[in-house]
Amino acid sequence: MFFEIWIRRLLCAAAMVSTAAALCILLVLITLVLPLFAHGGLATVLAWQWLPFNGKFGILPMVVGSLWLSLGALAAATPLAVGLACFVQVLAPGRVKSLCLALVHYMTSIPTVIYGFVSIFLLVPLMRQWFERGTGFSLLTAMLALTLLILPTIVLVFHATLREADRTARATCAALGFSKPSYIRHVLLPLSRRGLLAAVILGFGRAVGDTLISLMLAGNAPMVPGSPADAIRTLTAHIALVVATDSQSTFYHSVFASGLILFLIMALINLALRRLGRSFAP
Amino acid sequence: MTATQKHSLADTATTAFCWSAAALTGVAVLAVMGFLIFRGAGTLGLELFFGQTPWWDALTGARPVFDGLWSALAGTLILVVLSCLMAVPVGIAGGVYLSVYASRRYQSMTGFAVDLMAGIPSIVMGLFGFSMIVVLRHALFPHAKTCLLLAAVCIALLILPYLVRTTQNALSGLPEHLRLLGPSLGFSTWQNTRHVLLPSAGRGILSGVILAMGRAAEDTAVILLTGVVAQAFLPRSLWDKFEALPFRIYYLAAEHRSVAELDQAFGAALVLLMLTGALFCLAFLIQRTMEHRWKK
Repeated sequence: MFFEIWIRRLLCAAAMVSTAAALCILLVLITLVLPLFAHGGLATVLAWQWLPFNGKFGILPMVVGSLWLSLGALAAATPLAVGLACFVQVLAPGRVKSLCLALVHYMTSIPTVIYGFVSIFLLVPLMRQWFERGTGFSLLTAMLALTLLILPTIVLVFHATLREADRTARATCAALGFSKPSYIRHVLLPLSRRGLLAAVILGFGRAVGDTLISLMLAGNAPMVPGSPADAIRTLTAHIALVVATDSQSTFYHSVFASGLILFLIMALINLALRRLGRSFAP
Repeated sequence: MTATQKHSLADTATTAFCWSAAALTGVAVLAVMGFLIFRGAGTLGLELFFGQTPWWDALTGARPVFDGLWSALAGTLILVVLSCLMAVPVGIAGGVYLSVYASRRYQSMTGFAVDLMAGIPSIVMGLFGFSMIVVLRHALFPHAKTCLLLAAVCIALLILPYLVRTTQNALSGLPEHLRLLGPSLGFSTWQNTRHVLLPSAGRGILSGVILAMGRAAEDTAVILLTGVVAQAFLPRSLWDKFEALPFRIYYLAAEHRSVAELDQAFGAALVLLMLTGALFCLAFLIQRTMEHRWKK
């Protein structure tokens, strides 16, 4: 009995590690951002210019860059994911269906750095030709690569809901004489709206959190993009660039602020998913 | 146009859209892999890993490798093993607790923390490790610097939530009669977990562990901030800087100075793709046999 109790305590402690780690990360980030509030430095960080050697540490262009990039990738990935998931669940012949599912599962295991690396040699020259200006490292380039990265997340989460909806509705709709495509349009998609929303939110989180694609492909210019051909810098890439290259500690506040913003975005996303009802974690 | 015609037109459009979404995705993934194989396959060989150094000398660490992937590959492997040593026991234990012992309320609260951890971008995890060093420098050890151990801890934190979730899912996916089997024979909760549930869910948990290994091997953002460097040879201790395969790819993509280095980058990318691909296939096969077992 004594042994049982200790095992239970040990397991409980292990379960608490995640909670403790999440709290710890939040605490450390807040502690390191706190000096900003004390010295009224908040205004210097929440500003529109990043000219660190002139004492301007604004990270708002990076926030905008992150949002543009993620929303753009989301706009491209969502229809693709919906089409793919419907294809897999309803239209695909047996062999093609399992092949497609395996492919999507496999995509989750392709390293991010590989997408970035291949895009440098395939996508960037293409963009350079197409825009006829700039280096080819641009918002659009990163957006396209990021689309491929977040696609499997959206497809898998959405497909799980789709499968449930299909199970309940398929026989009825077949009996009513629905053709397969109209079954998708009029029954399946409306039934799985919540699942799609959850999938899109998760995909957004994945896109905002990604570092390597934007670091390698987006050009890293700290400015607000005016067109898809412009270079942008995301929050994640900003952290990587400042910490890995400059080591002046006066710059670090902006980095910790970026980290805190990313953390809070993720917390919001998880709260939103929670409100949607059940755990949609992939 | 009649209603029927409109209808069949919309049907055709839907079908075409779904097929082309699938085709587009397939083509994109095949393009990525095909391009890597096309450019990288020729570079595969002993020379890619060990350069001009004899391979047995490199493996034993007798001589450093100057122009090969060996130290990057070894760094990645060490990193994966270290972080799994830390994360796997904790993750599995946490998953067992959540699935077998925890009350619903506790499950939902801790579940939130686990999901939150799973969502934290890896660069923020790296930043956390980096901040620890900043704090340590101010407080206790003025000479603290980023190192292999720090990177392994951060990666362990990164893969921990996946391990908790896959263990929990593997256990709660077991049929109800198995769960009741132990108690009905007079087993205590732990005896039932240890002798009935864990062995039955073993394959599911194992495939989760393997997928987590893949994640640990591919992550670049964490190690970027916690001590990876471009040229370090083999790490001599846990406090040493280290090299890693994904970072080598990232570094060479931006900074290659010669065709040979570019070739090495393609080789490295292909090796990493094969490594994570092999782990994925292994996990997939294990998972499949598990599903077959419980469907019967």
